[in-house]
Amino acid sequence: MTKTIGLDLGTQAIKVVVLNDNIVLSREKMFSGFDPSKAAKTVLEKALKTANLSISDIEHTTATGAGVQMASNIDSKISMMSADAKAGIHLFPKARTIIDVGAEEARAMKCDDNGMMVDFVVNERCAAGAGAFIEAMARALEVKMEDMGPLSLKAERASPINASCVIFGESDVVTLIHRQESKPEIARAVFDAMADRVSSMVHRLGVNPEVVLVGGVAKDVGFIASLKRKLDIDISIPEYPEFAGALGAALMATKRARRSKK
Amino acid sequence: MTKPQNKEPVEYWRWKEYQRVISDKSWNNKDIITAGVDVGSVGSKAAILIDGEVYSWGITRTGSNSPESARKALDWAIKGTDLRLDDLKYVVGTGYGRVNVPMANKAITEIACHAKGANYIWGPKVRTVLDVGGQDIKAIHCDETGRVTSFLMNDKCAAGTGRGMEIFADLLQIPIEDIGEASMKIDEEPPPVSCTCVAFAKTEAVGLLRKGWSKEKVLAAYTSAMAVRMSNLVKRVGLEKEFVITGGQSKNIGIVSRVENVLNVKCLPSPEWKTGGLDPMIAGAIGAALFGKALYLKNQKK
Amino acid sequence: MIFIITYYGYTDGSGEFYIVIDSIKCTGCGKCIKKCPQSALEIITEFIDLEDKPVVAVNEKSRKKIKYTCSECLYDGKTALCVKACEQDAISTIWKTT
Repeated sequence: MTKTIGLDLGTQAIKVVVLNDNIVLSREKMFSGFDPSKAAKTVLEKALKTANLSISDIEHTTATGAGVQMASNIDSKISMMSADAKAGIHLFPKARTIIDVGAEEARAMKCDDNGMMVDFVVNERCAAGAGAFIEAMARALEVKMEDMGPLSLKAERASPINASCVIFGESDVVTLIHRQESKPEIARAVFDAMADRVSSMVHRLGVNPEVVLVGGVAKDVGFIASLKRKLDIDISIPEYPEFAGALGAALMATKRARRSKK
Repeated sequence: MTKPQNKEPVEYWRWKEYQRVISDKSWNNKDIITAGVDVGSVGSKAAILIDGEVYSWGITRTGSNSPESARKALDWAIKGTDLRLDDLKYVVGTGYGRVNVPMANKAITEIACHAKGANYIWGPKVRTVLDVGGQDIKAIHCDETGRVTSFLMNDKCAAGTGRGMEIFADLLQIPIEDIGEASMKIDEEPPPVSCTCVAFAKTEAVGLLRKGWSKEKVLAAYTSAMAVRMSNLVKRVGLEKEFVITGGQSKNIGIVSRVENVLNVKCLPSPEWKTGGLDPMIAGAIGAALFGKALYLKNQKK
Repeated sequence: MIFIITYYGYTDGSGEFYIVIDSIKCTGCGKCIKKCPQSALEIITEFIDLEDKPVVAVNEKSRKKIKYTCSECLYDGKTALCVKACEQDAISTIWKTT
């Protein structure tokens, strides 16, 4: 009975997954806010409580995420790419292409038939390439983030927007609203632009089925629809896509804990 | 996070529409009178030259109709002179809407015109031009005749553009006109922010403010990062003296002084158009009009 | 030495990505246009020495997303197909991720 924890220290939110022999006992998420270490401590305690465990029950804790360098009280680290790949294969054994679109970064991983990651590509340091783009456009449209997806599905076409930069995009949206362009069409343009970028990134690796989508943005129906259109292939999405990183880290923790028991 | 203002995007440094005539010049029908009309995304400029020397110019705001803006700008350049449209022997259109200058004999790329105009305004010694506009950054290297030898335009990323600076001014609640001076009100130059991306830099800025940094210090850190960015673009095309900075950001002392620092080169000062000097804003129009003269002469030889 | 070099692309937080074209060396033959798998190139007229010269440029649709457009050709230090196709050495690339 190997009990482990996976900790994903994302720039926006910290996610925790507690496993017992690779069965999920609990998953908790909390916004990093201005004191990420405090948030990490709090969400860890919460996850343990939900799982009905104490920290001494845990054999191994593995951390991942953008903030992994500042993690304390952990046993090991793992890259975000490896964590995503591990989680993807675990959830969908036939997964060969795994795409993670988060708040500030997007990446894609290619796996072979043994579930080993053989290549990856990352999109970082430019807000236009990740969820931050959707967030900013939603603000400019004066629409709640969670309403962007359903809104975009109402549109038949996408308005022309400057999709290369969050800042220019915001200006464009304001102008379009002044010109009475429809919000659904603007929302769709936002997702189409994101999907365009993500699919170009994935094409670099080769689009091999099954394709799995994870990360915070994977919950958005608007983005899913645009990406399916762009990639022209079926996409599998797990039930809790934003916990993929934490899950992958926890799975790695189990592997390492078992190895050290031998 | 501040919400974007629900108004049409405005020009970063607000400027007035105006026209000017160099009154101690005169013309006759034998002179080669040419005009250049530069229709930009925000401003439309026209310049009239007599035998290749600036006689008058006009600057107006570009409206939603490019041909109308071109006409208006040219009318402004003519106003105050006793010229009529028919006296113009050759008109060259340029700029963002160069294809929409209806009275033009020819359309020429704005970069070629801008470099030629810079050569006229600052002289044959100018070799590198950094033009920072509201929505783009251009780095131009030219030779002694004002012919472009190397050119790079960045309109993909807002970092460093007037629009990007506006966002930051908004975040820090510092009036845009004061942003240059405010960034200099610090005891020690802080390290630049680590994010080039304006969206991410905003988050970084909020963190710094919480750490107790003053608004001015945060602004300095951001301006520093932007100056590094602009300098890298200049180095890409090749930095060579003399160096000039044009566009809205040329009036931002925080940017100018830091770019000079990073590149280790002083830029030539801009002429004071308010007291009769040539306005760098009309560089493109001047260049266009100069090409007009050359093309007219070329046609005469045929 | 006369050269007129244009950098098509951008520098942003993630790196520097440019397709670089020398308008003096370019003859406008179009071989690179045919080889580009993303149809990112086109012929434009540039005003050089009072003449209109046809030369190659990156088209508007591709210019602002060049990192994505050219990623398949340029990842891992490979030589782009357009660069290989050019017999005049008129086209080159800059591809740096920070």
